[in-house]
Amino acid sequence: MEILVCVRRVPDTSENEIQLNSAGNDIERDDLVYSINEPDNYAVEEALQIAAKAGGNVTVVTVGGDDDEEVLRREMAMGANHGVLISDDAFKGSDGRGIATILKAFVQKSHFDLILTGIQAEDGGAQVGGMLAALLDYPFASLVNAITVLDGGKLKVSREIEGGNREMNEIDLPCVLSIQTGINEPRYVGMRGIRQVASVEIPTFGASDLGVDTGTVGQAGAKVKRMDYFVPALGKGAEILQGSQEQIIDKLIELMKAKGGLN
Amino acid sequence: MLSSLATSIAIVYSTSDVLPFQEMSSIMLEALQSPAQTTYWLISGRVLFLVINLLGLACFSYIVTKRLTPLVRGEHDFRFDRPWIRLERLLQFWLGQWKHPRYRTAGIIHILIFSGFILLATRAFSLLILGISENFALPDSASGIGLAYQIVADYAATIVFICMVIAAVRRIVFKPARYEVPAQYGKGHKTDAIFLLALIAFLMFSESFFEATRVAMLAQQGHTEFLAAFSLSWVLKNALSSASLPALWNLHRGAYLLDVLTFYFLLCYRPFGIQFHVETSLFNVYFAKLDRGTVKPVRWGVSDEHLDQVKSFGVKKFEDFTWKHMLDFYSCADCGRCSDNCPANAAGRPLSPRFLTIKARDYSFQHYPMFGSPSNGTPLVGGIYSEDEIWSCTTCGACEEECPLMIEYIDKIVDLRRGLVDDGNVPKSIQKALKALESRGNPYGKMEKKKADWTRDKEFQATCDVKILNGDNAADTLYFVDSITSYDDRIQAIGRATARILDATGKNFGILGAAEKDSGHEVRRFGEEMLFMALRDHNVEAIKASGVQRIVTADPHAYNALKHDYKDVPPVEHISQVIAREVKSGNIKFNPVENADEVYAYHDPCYLGRHNQVYDDPRDVLDAIPGLKRVEMSRCRDRSFCCGGGGLMLFYEPKEEQRMGVKRVQMAAEAGANVIVTACPFCMVNMEDAIKVAGMEGKMTAIDLTELVDKQISRESAKTGRTEQFAESGKCLTV
Repeated sequence: MEILVCVRRVPDTSENEIQLNSAGNDIERDDLVYSINEPDNYAVEEALQIAAKAGGNVTVVTVGGDDDEEVLRREMAMGANHGVLISDDAFKGSDGRGIATILKAFVQKSHFDLILTGIQAEDGGAQVGGMLAALLDYPFASLVNAITVLDGGKLKVSREIEGGNREMNEIDLPCVLSIQTGINEPRYVGMRGIRQVASVEIPTFGASDLGVDTGTVGQAGAKVKRMDYFVPALGKGAEILQGSQEQIIDKLIELMKAKGGLN
Repeated sequence: MLSSLATSIAIVYSTSDVLPFQEMSSIMLEALQSPAQTTYWLISGRVLFLVINLLGLACFSYIVTKRLTPLVRGEHDFRFDRPWIRLERLLQFWLGQWKHPRYRTAGIIHILIFSGFILLATRAFSLLILGISENFALPDSASGIGLAYQIVADYAATIVFICMVIAAVRRIVFKPARYEVPAQYGKGHKTDAIFLLALIAFLMFSESFFEATRVAMLAQQGHTEFLAAFSLSWVLKNALSSASLPALWNLHRGAYLLDVLTFYFLLCYRPFGIQFHVETSLFNVYFAKLDRGTVKPVRWGVSDEHLDQVKSFGVKKFEDFTWKHMLDFYSCADCGRCSDNCPANAAGRPLSPRFLTIKARDYSFQHYPMFGSPSNGTPLVGGIYSEDEIWSCTTCGACEEECPLMIEYIDKIVDLRRGLVDDGNVPKSIQKALKALESRGNPYGKMEKKKADWTRDKEFQATCDVKILNGDNAADTLYFVDSITSYDDRIQAIGRATARILDATGKNFGILGAAEKDSGHEVRRFGEEMLFMALRDHNVEAIKASGVQRIVTADPHAYNALKHDYKDVPPVEHISQVIAREVKSGNIKFNPVENADEVYAYHDPCYLGRHNQVYDDPRDVLDAIPGLKRVEMSRCRDRSFCCGGGGLMLFYEPKEEQRMGVKRVQMAAEAGANVIVTACPFCMVNMEDAIKVAGMEGKMTAIDLTELVDKQISRESAKTGRTEQFAESGKCLTV
């Protein structure tokens, strides 16, 4: 099975203190460290596990710049067979639909049975997977937390629904799935693994390579434009209990009783 | 005795003409013969024993060759250096049985058995030869040495025999807990142990019986031969004094045959179990690891630059162990001392060093069988070991400290972890910390520019200005702070106390600030060698660039890393060593302890104590504080009980019944202490957590040595020339 995983490099939320810049239109990007978007990492692990069982190759692709090569290498160190960087000045400022359009062009140039994305990018809006499926006219399932390969070009996928329940679906290949975190335990990628793929050639495709109409993507083609970032004002209703541990516990029990949480 | 036997036979021969028994019956004639000269079921004794000897030796050689097969296939291990030191340690730990008395009863029994074996080796050898050649005697009993040896050997055999009985009684009646085999590790080892004890006891008995019958026969012929009074031979000889000559003769011949058979059976049986250590211990102790606190390289003989070419890291299959580590498996005597001292085992984690070894030994026996070809290549983790087992170790070194046979555990654990890391099998909580170490240089993922924030506390900054050695400032002493002290809100206090102490003693010191990355001590011990190397290389560069002449740290993990894992950095000291020296020279004086109810117990951090042998300095410092009452916990110094582990271990979520730290604070309470003094930031985290978990808040407190010193130091006496008075709060004022 040929599997494509669409990945993205994002500021690592656990290792950065995210602050707005003075203009308020972006976050402060000095001193940021980036890493693979965590849900994408689960998607790659899932792809590797499927390929290990069903055979085939795993390709990771990202739309970005030279810096983003880093995450492709990390996923290749994890075990992905190929990495592809899609990069063009004309792609800068693309909205979700723009990214999906670019990826669609790449998918159509090649052959993939299964396309995975993370459930959402940590700095994004969970748009690309669904849009890519629609543009390709492929079936789509979101919030996937288990995949079983069935005979006859089908998959059995489990989707996480409200309350932690699961919904089982059969889906035809080729298809696009957005992967929920927790579907597996992604393997560790050590320094050694990354060094071993450090010199592997990563092909780069631009707009002309993919035959993408630059008018439909990038800043020019974006129909969703980011206007502002803001930190929500502190609301009311939250109370921080003060005092010794015993006093805090007493107050908490009192409050819970008063609000009907305890009988 | 053997020699005397041979000689006495010769004497009997030479004098037989003049004996009053000229018309001796055929039995009588035979009574004077050696086993070589006699016949067994019409077979000449000489032929029979030649065959038994050759067969026995051939079997033993075959078995040992088979046992050596995996060692030949194992990884390299460089253990041939420093022969004099190795010889010295051989004399101390093997011949001198240095570690045995750590367990009093078992230790003394073992020393007696061991000495017995050493003393009886000559006799056993002579005895075997006697079956082939009646003229062989060593040493010559005509000499005083020969007689002395005879007496010593008689007593030795008796003592070994008695020790076997005592050991069996201990096993059967007293059942020391450390010999128990927990259900998850299979069935008990008692039967095998008793069987081996019985075999040795029988060997001692048959040797003595052979001797006793001979002397009894001679006695009946009017020859009185000396037997060591109350020895086993003496008792048996007296018991047999009324037996008829033919009966004695048959018993004598029979005893010899059984003795030889038992000897070879035991020799060939030993390599199948714990008694193999009789043969391997000599080599295991000689080739034992010499350098404390270090971790073996990924591959011996492969330099850091060439590590990229190594196909697989660490131990994944049995053959990835080094030959010495395989020898360790063979050498284990199953005494259980390692696990008895292992804090992970005590806390109910799925780790028992004893079974780490026993399981590997059994694997080796199973996969390298006596007949047929070896089957190998199966993964160890997931096979005989579980992942949790391998991550449960805090590398505290208690097992290694205790092992009388110098078996190594930490290097094996690290190698197994290297294998897991190489395959990507790392617990998620540790993955996050490793990832943060890679991108931010600390396991918390905190920003580099905030590394020196602990010095910017206003109150502190007003009293103590810590220089950042970033090119603009210079100093001769570097205070290597490390991650936890830099970033952890509680532990930052240790950093500030350390800085104030350095300041009070007039040290010209500074820190690296943002340029300092984690020492990587646990990164290496968690098996991520390449990341460790990157951190180390970065720090070495930064330290060199700072131009300092010495390094001080308050973190024993950083201390161990800088001392043993780093190369080409200035000499490093732990702050307790610095303080102890300043106290000794009179540079530091202390105010008396204010609260007379406080009783202090010092907890030895593993990487300061066991791994670096710094036991006395912190105690000397405590004892220099006037009015400080100090008690020792029963487990102290080299038997200190790990608090739960430092560095990345704080990120690991172990499966355990109880926290190690809880056990430790309970030990402190048992010792009558209400203040635990540590000298390690990780100990502090674990102890304070444990006090809460154990519900001992208000009854027990933990304080770092630096915090205590900072509190008690008399600033008036500190010969700094620039610090004078200090505020009530115990903080220094720089003027």
